[in-house]
Amino acid sequence: MGTTVIERNEEVRNSKQTNETAKINVKDLDLFYGDKQALYKVSLDIHEKEVTALIGPSGCGKSTFLRSLNRMNDLIDGVKITGDIVIDNENIYETNDVIKLRTKVGMVFQKPNLFPMSIYDNVAYGPRMQGIKSKKELNKIVEESLRGAAIWDEVKDRLKTSALGLSGGQQQRVCIARAIAMKPEIILMDEPTSALDPISTLKVEELIANMKKDYTIVIVTHNMQQAARVSDKTAFFLNGEIIEYDETNNIFSMPKDQRTEDYVTGRFG
Amino acid sequence: MRKFKDHLLLGLLWASAFLTVAVLVIIVGYIFYKGFRLIDFNFIFGDYSPVGHGGIWPMIVTTLYTIFISLIIATPIGILAAVYLQEYAKQGRLVRLIRYATESLTGIPSIIYGLFGAVFFVTTLKFGMSIIAASLTLTIIVLPVIIRTTEEALKTVPLSYREGSLALGTTKLQTLYKVILPSAMPGILSGIILSIGRIVGESAAIFLTAGTVAAMPEGIFSSARTLTVHSFLVTQESGDIELAAAVGIVLIVIILILNFSATFISKKLNKADY
Repeated sequence: MGTTVIERNEEVRNSKQTNETAKINVKDLDLFYGDKQALYKVSLDIHEKEVTALIGPSGCGKSTFLRSLNRMNDLIDGVKITGDIVIDNENIYETNDVIKLRTKVGMVFQKPNLFPMSIYDNVAYGPRMQGIKSKKELNKIVEESLRGAAIWDEVKDRLKTSALGLSGGQQQRVCIARAIAMKPEIILMDEPTSALDPISTLKVEELIANMKKDYTIVIVTHNMQQAARVSDKTAFFLNGEIIEYDETNNIFSMPKDQRTEDYVTGRFG
Repeated sequence: MRKFKDHLLLGLLWASAFLTVAVLVIIVGYIFYKGFRLIDFNFIFGDYSPVGHGGIWPMIVTTLYTIFISLIIATPIGILAAVYLQEYAKQGRLVRLIRYATESLTGIPSIIYGLFGAVFFVTTLKFGMSIIAASLTLTIIVLPVIIRTTEEALKTVPLSYREGSLALGTTKLQTLYKVILPSAMPGILSGIILSIGRIVGESAAIFLTAGTVAAMPEGIFSSARTLTVHSFLVTQESGDIELAAAVGIVLIVIILILNFSATFISKKLNKADY
């Protein structure tokens, strides 16, 4: 029984190495903040239309890794990156079109960060910046995006009021709508529910499960139950390295590395 | 004993607050008390005449001229400079030097600026004693104020706004124009309001660059007299405190109107973005 599972995992690994279905292909990624190294030779294939969870204790590099996928680390002075991140056969650190990259790879942050504008303008912000001016088209995008983020019914009567008047959970879903409005292929989520109450968390998790059919999702989470509930694959980070990457079920039920087991059973972290 | 100390401290706090408000009320009250009898339609909108109590319309016009010309030049330059220093420049020795320089500039007595204006704008550039020479001098005076307050305002815009905008595939300029500047608007505006106060309150520098001609200016190259200078001169020449106080009331009202309209405009601007 044990052997067959391991064999199956080997197969999964092998198919990953050929990376036929990999949407994002990361190879030997090293990242430095000045002199301090934060990621060590991280290699990972992320598959299309799946949810990939990144877990690990604080400071293990999972958020840093996530933020290199849309080059948000570029904003920080003194960050140096070596290795390859290839999305759809394009090395994102070789092309200089960060704008195009971030249009394709959307992001939802830890705390809801809506702008001090109306709900409508928040969602229409990205498309407008891309030059879409037609009122009709914008209305359509805003409605579709809010529906896609399962918040349309709650806000449809108050689209023109300030987005900052919504509850934290609603704000986070509008943030997701704002990301969807750009029609991205990949959505990165950096602990999207850590600032939310349990009921809002549940709603966001349901949303993630639904979004999987349209988007490739990479989610950083502190909450192991969340990783178990929403993700297909899980990568365990420790001190800037990937210790184990596998089907979520395997990570939680039969981890191969002792450190993974210790972490998922709550012995540290 | 501890209770006594508590009460003492509270009393001191209260007394300080009271004193501050009292001083303001007394000064404004005194000026109103001294001057309000002189204020009528003719005093505000009448032309000036050296004999008897003429109107102060020319001085009001001159004051408004100097405010608008200085702000029209200083505001865009100040905001752009602050944006460059805060958002674009590589934070290093040069930027620190520029910051230090702007800070020092705010501390220089205005008479020095006045002397510079008198030499440079009035004489070297041959503007003569004129509204434009005074306005340009005032521009230099308020520029550091606008730069400093705008920089402070930009610093208070949360990083999460910038990240949120950039993560949506916008350029740095779009983020600046659509998210950062609107959020920083209240702070920038308070800098402009401070500048209005600085301009209206200035006398020495204007005295040296615009002169004291008490007549309706024909244009920005005319020599003219602002309200503050007028107030100073009537007190000095004739010792007419009542007239000076009446001018003071008009000054206070002008500042209030300008401040309110600035706040109103910024609210409107914010709304327009919604």
